[in-house]
Amino acid sequence: MASETTIEQALPRKHYLNASYGVKSWLLTTDHKRIALLYLMTVTVFFLLGGAFAVMVRLELLTPAGDLMDSETYNKMFTMHGVMMVFFFLIPAIPAVLGNFLIPIMVGARDLAFPRINLLSWYVFVLGGTFAFGAMLAGGVDTGWTFYTPYSTTYANTYVIATAFGAFFAGFSSILTGLNFIVTIHKMRAPGLTWFRLPLFVWAHYATSVIQVLGTPVIAIAIVLLAVERVFRIGIFDPALGGDPVLFQHLFWFYSHPAVYIMILPSMGVISELICCFSRKKVFGYHFIAFSSVGIALLGFLVWGHHMFVSGQSVFAGMIFSVLSMLVAIPSAVKVFNWTATMYRGSISYQAPMLYAMGFLGLFTIGGLTGLFLATLAVDVHLHDTYFIIAHFHYIMVGGTIMGYLGGIHYWWPKISGRLYPDMWARFSALVIFVGFNLTFFPQFVLGYMGMPRRYHAYPEEFQVLNVMSSAGASILGVGYLIPLVYLLWSLRYGQPAGPNPWGAKGLEWLTPSPPPTFNFDETPEVTEEAYEYQKDYEKQRGKEAPVG
Amino acid sequence: MILQSQLPLFPEQASSIARQVDYLYFFLVGISAILSVGIFSTVFYFALRYRRKSEDEIPKPIHGSTLLEITWSVTPLVVTMILFVWGAALYYRMTNAPPNAMQINVVGKQWMWKIQHPTGRREINELHVPVGQPVKLNMISEDVIHSFYIPAFRVKQDVLPGPEYSSVWFEATRTGAYHLFCTEYCGTKHSGMIGKVVVMEPADFEQWLSGVPTGETMEQAGERLFVQYNCNTCHNTSSGARGPLLDGLFGSTVKLTGGGTAVMNEGYVRESILRPAVKIVAGYRPVMPTFQGQISEEAILQLMAYIKSLKAPEGGARKGGEK
Repeated sequence: MASETTIEQALPRKHYLNASYGVKSWLLTTDHKRIALLYLMTVTVFFLLGGAFAVMVRLELLTPAGDLMDSETYNKMFTMHGVMMVFFFLIPAIPAVLGNFLIPIMVGARDLAFPRINLLSWYVFVLGGTFAFGAMLAGGVDTGWTFYTPYSTTYANTYVIATAFGAFFAGFSSILTGLNFIVTIHKMRAPGLTWFRLPLFVWAHYATSVIQVLGTPVIAIAIVLLAVERVFRIGIFDPALGGDPVLFQHLFWFYSHPAVYIMILPSMGVISELICCFSRKKVFGYHFIAFSSVGIALLGFLVWGHHMFVSGQSVFAGMIFSVLSMLVAIPSAVKVFNWTATMYRGSISYQAPMLYAMGFLGLFTIGGLTGLFLATLAVDVHLHDTYFIIAHFHYIMVGGTIMGYLGGIHYWWPKISGRLYPDMWARFSALVIFVGFNLTFFPQFVLGYMGMPRRYHAYPEEFQVLNVMSSAGASILGVGYLIPLVYLLWSLRYGQPAGPNPWGAKGLEWLTPSPPPTFNFDETPEVTEEAYEYQKDYEKQRGKEAPVG
Repeated sequence: MILQSQLPLFPEQASSIARQVDYLYFFLVGISAILSVGIFSTVFYFALRYRRKSEDEIPKPIHGSTLLEITWSVTPLVVTMILFVWGAALYYRMTNAPPNAMQINVVGKQWMWKIQHPTGRREINELHVPVGQPVKLNMISEDVIHSFYIPAFRVKQDVLPGPEYSSVWFEATRTGAYHLFCTEYCGTKHSGMIGKVVVMEPADFEQWLSGVPTGETMEQAGERLFVQYNCNTCHNTSSGARGPLLDGLFGSTVKLTGGGTAVMNEGYVRESILRPAVKIVAGYRPVMPTFQGQISEEAILQLMAYIKSLKAPEGGARKGGEK
């Protein structure tokens, strides 16, 4: 903590949390910060639900025989784990919680461009969640989160349409959020805040929003076609009626591959903030990181076919998608190298958010490199739909996105709540999560190359040792996720007041009190410097040490 | 064999392609190890070397380096392009069966693999093949999408319920029994849709193949079905036949009513049986009834074997068809 803030500080007297009271003041709020908290509570519930399904999956896989539950139940478990985590946690988590809270503040605005649409997006999201959760209560769904036809349209006897419409509504909520961010970033930047003075968190969210607005309608179309086919059998996907079952895969992945970037780009934005703050350094290669976000967003639309290398897609198409997928690796690598270089000759502290950021670097690097295996055609043929895929995308989506999300939550928690949490516990949980995560998912790479297929209720005996390791890791990971829940809630009541800038960080959000007032700033700030600008502090300090320049 | 030690870490290599896939895999593992160890140790080194010494320490700002940016953009580009070319070349080999490959037919259904050899011998959830002989599987599904996967051979191919047949080929290099998995989620008993591939010495395979009297080869069964389903009442040599004569037609290009052409391949034959109105050979009327729901995928494959075996008639004049 910077020395100025060690003196006991009091919370500001009036802020967004105590500006008004009562359920109505929350459910009808148009304050982006309150909406962010509504999202925070909602996605946490979905995360715990998705986690509970994962627990069931890992318990079942302790033994080779399918003995804990029957096959249909198991299939529902992994399906509902996927649906909950992807559509109701990973996609909204960082944009709708941290993005919602921070983007208006970071650009020096009073709120998002369309505060009511922002509230609407939360209600649409809750509607989607209600559909999906209702379908689960009614009996669940067993198609896998990918809803592949013709299984989903013709053969599944479970609540396919209700669940798919849950994802459909969640998608509209995502479009509304993306639209709001795009307009806000274009039109509501404070005086002096040029595009290249924006924090990289904002650039990452801008790129994410573009994907949300352009990509999500395609999944909406795919879901509607799926429902129409399931109900009326009009022959879009059913080959017996002249349809093409692989067409669904094209439509599905045209959204769902970019959706991976909806999950990871905001996390990358968080990591840029964390590494700069805890290295007290201007980011290395600002423009390269900013444009690599945009590059990932655009290239991400052109690689969906790498999910179909063994689907009967033509060899030529396979090659095109392979080479394009390889290209996406480059902006991702550029980011990792720049973050690492930012730490060079920095002043690095090991507070909890930085541990999460370093964990992210490790896990995302492994996730990214194993992506190369899957973009390599001949190797993907062997690895497709095995546990290698499972391990790879968990390294990206859990190792990447959740590490970034938790890092961000820990970094901005003092801003959000106005209070500090116990840093020792936070560091401990970061370590537990890192260890638990690797123990859970690293063995799955080996399982995958051994040939164990995904979505298997029972498996041959020789895979058991690795599966037991994975389940053991999952139990550690589960504990790691529960610890922050406890101390963050604890801090709401017992945490020390944080003060406006407990980390000594740069950025407009640290100039306003914690928690911020309802309209963020008492007067509109004027921006005169680039992001992460420690130059003046450096000169001031040098001046103190050696008065003669 | 299937059961190895308690903690196996690497799959067996039992096909001609397996070793080559593994070389590429090791190359990838090597690159990943170098890069990740490089990045991790740099991060750790920086974190220790430049740890914050005092609370008010502000390091000297550094803005970036275009030279470094170019270096670490171009290097991954080169590496990934090597991976792409290597992977694509091998993929090309994996997807093009040698012409002398022995064809075996596979029908996937919830939740079993049904296999028929050209001699007529059938098996379920087992596939017997000779060692050292390229084998091409011609595959179709009766219901949902399945995927045919033999880890020890490093081959996998989705099996679709149409419109096209899919195929996969391999050349087994070691005798033994290997896992066969369905790798496309196909419903309740997906993880039960497994079996084994038995690779035998050619002599043993011949013996196995003739071990059980099958009655009729696929071709003979097809010939019987051709009569049973009354195909021959229209597809015959009489001058006023209502359907094109199929003899020698397989593999040729036919002109279609309404313009355009189609290659008479497996997919077209199957489509013509199930949805005959879609592509009509020029000069014929759309009078053929559909056999959808009346004929099994196995029967279609037998008909296919028979139709393929039909030689072009002497003199060769026919309506619509051209070689």
